[in-house]
Amino acid sequence: MKVEKYLIWLLMVLPLPVLAQGFAGMGTKAEGFAMPRPDPTFNFPADHGPHPDYRIEWWYLTANLEGPDGTPYGLQWTLFRSALAPGEASGWDSPQIWFGHAAVTTSGMHYSAERFARGGIGQAGVTPAPFDAWIDDWRMAGDAFEDLTLTATGAAFAYDMKLQAQGPLVLHGQDGYSVKSAHGQASYYYSQPFFTISGTLTLPDGPVEVTGSAWLDREWSSQPLAGDQTGWDWFSLSFDTGDKLMGFRLRQSDGEVFTSGTWIAPDGATTALGDDALSVRPLATTQVASREVPTRWRVLVREQNLDVTAQAINPNAWMDTTVPYWEGPVRIDGTHTGQGFLEMTGYE
Amino acid sequence: MTGAGLSALWSYWRRNPLQLFTLVAGLALATALWSGVQAVNSEARASYDAAAALLGEGRFDQVLPRAGDTIEQQTYVALRRAGWQAGPVLEGTLMAGGRSVRIVGIDPLTAPGGVGPITRGGDAPLQSFLNEGVVYAHPEVADALAGALPQRVVPDPGLAPGTAITDIGMAQRVLGRPGALSRLILSDIQPLNRPPLAEIAPGLVVQPAQRGADIARLTDSFHLNLTAFGLLSFAVGIFIVHGAIGLAFEQRRAMVRTLRTLGMPLRRLMVLMAIELAVIALIAGGLGVVLGYALAASLLPDVAATLEGLYGAQVSGVLHLQPAWWLSSLAIALLGTFLAAAGALWRIAHMPVLASGGARAWAMEAGRRRGMQALAALALLLGAVAFVTLGHGLVAGFASLACMLLGAALALPLVLDAALATGQRFAKSARWEWFWADTRQQLPGLSLALMALLLAMAANVGVSTMVSSFRLTFAGFLDQRLVAELYVTADTTDQAAALETFAARRADAVLPMLSAEMRLAGRGAEIRGVRVGPSYSDHWTFIAREGAVWGRVARGEAVIVNEQLARRANLWPGDTLAIVPGQELPIAGVVGDYGNPIGQAVIGEALFRNLFPQETATRFGLRRDDANALRLALVDDFGLDPGQIRDQASVKSFSMDVFERTFTVTGALNVLTLAVAGFAILMSLLTLAAMRVPQLAPVWALGLTRRELGRLELLRAVILAALTLAVALPLGLALAWELLAVVNVEAFGWRLPMFLFPADYAKLGLFALIAALLAALLPARRMARMPPSELLKVFANEG
Repeated sequence: MKVEKYLIWLLMVLPLPVLAQGFAGMGTKAEGFAMPRPDPTFNFPADHGPHPDYRIEWWYLTANLEGPDGTPYGLQWTLFRSALAPGEASGWDSPQIWFGHAAVTTSGMHYSAERFARGGIGQAGVTPAPFDAWIDDWRMAGDAFEDLTLTATGAAFAYDMKLQAQGPLVLHGQDGYSVKSAHGQASYYYSQPFFTISGTLTLPDGPVEVTGSAWLDREWSSQPLAGDQTGWDWFSLSFDTGDKLMGFRLRQSDGEVFTSGTWIAPDGATTALGDDALSVRPLATTQVASREVPTRWRVLVREQNLDVTAQAINPNAWMDTTVPYWEGPVRIDGTHTGQGFLEMTGYE
Repeated sequence: MTGAGLSALWSYWRRNPLQLFTLVAGLALATALWSGVQAVNSEARASYDAAAALLGEGRFDQVLPRAGDTIEQQTYVALRRAGWQAGPVLEGTLMAGGRSVRIVGIDPLTAPGGVGPITRGGDAPLQSFLNEGVVYAHPEVADALAGALPQRVVPDPGLAPGTAITDIGMAQRVLGRPGALSRLILSDIQPLNRPPLAEIAPGLVVQPAQRGADIARLTDSFHLNLTAFGLLSFAVGIFIVHGAIGLAFEQRRAMVRTLRTLGMPLRRLMVLMAIELAVIALIAGGLGVVLGYALAASLLPDVAATLEGLYGAQVSGVLHLQPAWWLSSLAIALLGTFLAAAGALWRIAHMPVLASGGARAWAMEAGRRRGMQALAALALLLGAVAFVTLGHGLVAGFASLACMLLGAALALPLVLDAALATGQRFAKSARWEWFWADTRQQLPGLSLALMALLLAMAANVGVSTMVSSFRLTFAGFLDQRLVAELYVTADTTDQAAALETFAARRADAVLPMLSAEMRLAGRGAEIRGVRVGPSYSDHWTFIAREGAVWGRVARGEAVIVNEQLARRANLWPGDTLAIVPGQELPIAGVVGDYGNPIGQAVIGEALFRNLFPQETATRFGLRRDDANALRLALVDDFGLDPGQIRDQASVKSFSMDVFERTFTVTGALNVLTLAVAGFAILMSLLTLAAMRVPQLAPVWALGLTRRELGRLELLRAVILAALTLAVALPLGLALAWELLAVVNVEAFGWRLPMFLFPADYAKLGLFALIAALLAALLPARRMARMPPSELLKVFANEG
């Protein structure tokens, strides 16, 4: 058996967080690991750093960018932590495994890359203050969490960006305790959705100067999904009014869905959206990598008078990583206009 | 009709069981030798492939240290953080249960895809690999390893022999090398804007992916050698088969004529004969496969020992049979049979229906082809010269050998005939004139067997000359190199330092063994630092030298290289060699370095310590006439374990042991080939004896007694064997020369002086004569005891 098979095995059986599918182990028992509890109190900047007693964690940044001529681009930078056992140890004995995903999306192309690292030897890790998150040569770092530089390289792309927060951190769910199923599975979840971003994209056609907005998600847990949940559709939308919406729909094997979200006012004030307050429905699918993936959605939040469609800028934004998924920028039309990011997992 | 035809064909073999036996035995032997050698080769190759596949050597570029065998883990992390996509590997050997196990540590997360195989067992292989420190080992070493390590050891037949694989962290712990790596495997896909290697890690170099693994290239020559022997044995076997088939078909001419006049179509007859041969070939081939398996299974442990001793290559000592091997062995048996029968079948096909079915001696046919044969022999011998003068490389060397042997074999009947004709010219009496003429008349019938004998004897002379020359040279080389009375090994660098101080007061000279692994002239090599003194300058002999070699080396102004490096990189005195980047030294001398597969450069101790401050000597040679007193002092006063001390004699005998094992296989094949040739002569004489009654009857009638006829038969066999020996000796010496001067240089990188061993040749000659005598004994006895009535019948039939 070859190593790549093992990697797939690892990604299938170990909890790779972004691929929130029941079969991917997100619903597996979390023996020995700490569990999120309601009513948390976060302690920053320490909580920007890793929580090795929890099984999974991520630093997940997406950005909608625009070139000098108005061309839209999407950008992703993600660092995942996945623990084989709770706690930390030095050297190769560390039970922590790190993964990185990076991507750049244009209307016609989607470039992606991934990295793997063991904890304990310095190849990947996160320190909270000064903030530094890295895997190999990919890095998100700065003296403060509000002021960061961001770099990544792949075989066909590279980027070098500056991020500046223009608003406060946002806690999802109840003070950052985000419930993921009717059975009570949950995670700690906060975001910084108010980053402005600027820098240089290096693409096969040459460098492009870009500016835009970015959204950073922080989430950690040990068993965030129920065993019967097979995949998710996740939205981060920024409207021209300055309002923002985080919403997700978790699909169950019986066809039911669990929906949840957060409405974020321009000043950062949040309104939790329960299972019936938010509705997301696919309108059209695209054949991507031999499977049907929804690339046009209707998003409804009645109490905010929101009724919009989210259309993928590039329907082929397929992450061709060890375990693949869809992740790319969307354009918003309807009662509100704007842009955002869409992530979809578990489409077979 | 078909049934009748088959039964007629079969009846021939029933009446001539000896010929059938010859045919089957010859074919089985040929197939056995060929397929046995192939089995050994493919087992060894599979072992190399498994070893190479483990690290993806054929597919991926690798990063290696420019000097030494260690990459700091921090350097690896620095490279990763600069964007270099590479996976770390730590390799080392561990003694477990009396055998050395190659421990390979990898990081499965960063190892490029396709590096493996790792494991099969277990419910959670990666979890156990990364987090539980499980060691996966080839089944042959799993038990020994389990006894030596506290970790869980899981047998995995997919691994290379003698190998165990585990997580890199576990490997560092087991090998006692924390923070150390051996090499990095580079992924195919690297990111944009990656800084150059020299900027991040100036001490490392990239080695491009090799199409064949290092070890496979090193051992290629060895396998080519075995293959050549297998081919030679096969050729000898096919000579026998050709002889047996030719004789049988010739004797069946009458039957063929009868069958055809009875209405059997030629086409069907040919098909039946082909089927008959195919059945015989398959049966004999099947026997050959069984014999070949037994042969391979008995040779393999020696081959494995040789390969490990000579090249450090791990080969499984257990044979794994693959269906492809069975099938190819049967195919080669079929092919060989039809190759041997082609001529006979062709003649049957072109024989007019009513052509004489009489006993037209099949031998006469051979006589007519003499002109063609002479031309072919000449062409082949010229080809042999052309290959050796114009060509280069191992294949040209072997091609030349093949041409020479085949050409000589084809020329043999002509040479023998000329010699016999000379004998005939000098014959004084009618009886002797008859003897010589009759011997010449028999020659074509015996020539195939004699050719086989020639090849076997020449191979024997050639190979034994090569091996014995090698042995003499090697023993002389050991005397030159092993001058210290005692060799001691320290456990730690601290002990080494104390030992050196202690020994300096008691020994006449202390010779530290300093060495570092390096890449020289683009190849893996070793640098040795020597404390120049009479221990070196009085003993080492140079193949080539320039100036006062030792003085220049001692001052750090020049370097000595071994012959392997000199020949492979074409570096000779007057050229310069880059020891480390930026440090070029002129080459002062070239020394022989037998038994060492890699290149070596020798520099002075001061320069070595300057260039490689991290390398310290833990082995020392100690000079003192009273070695025993020194040994006692080391054990009693210094507290060295007696196991850490070896004396000159034991090191020498160990080295000679390795040498002898190396040629065990060659020796075994050599004897087998000779045995096959002896068998060929016996069979040829036996079959000929039956045919010769009509020729002997008139001589008997003229007054020669049966006893005298029998004695003459014996004499004839001895004379033919002696004449063949006379041709085999120079041929064998030519073969030895080619092996020493052409094949060895290509295969090992050294040229050996050729020595002659007349006593050995005399022994071989005696053996050949006795074999011929023994082979002729049975037919001669039969002649001597043949009832006169049998002889009289000849005349009765004539009427």
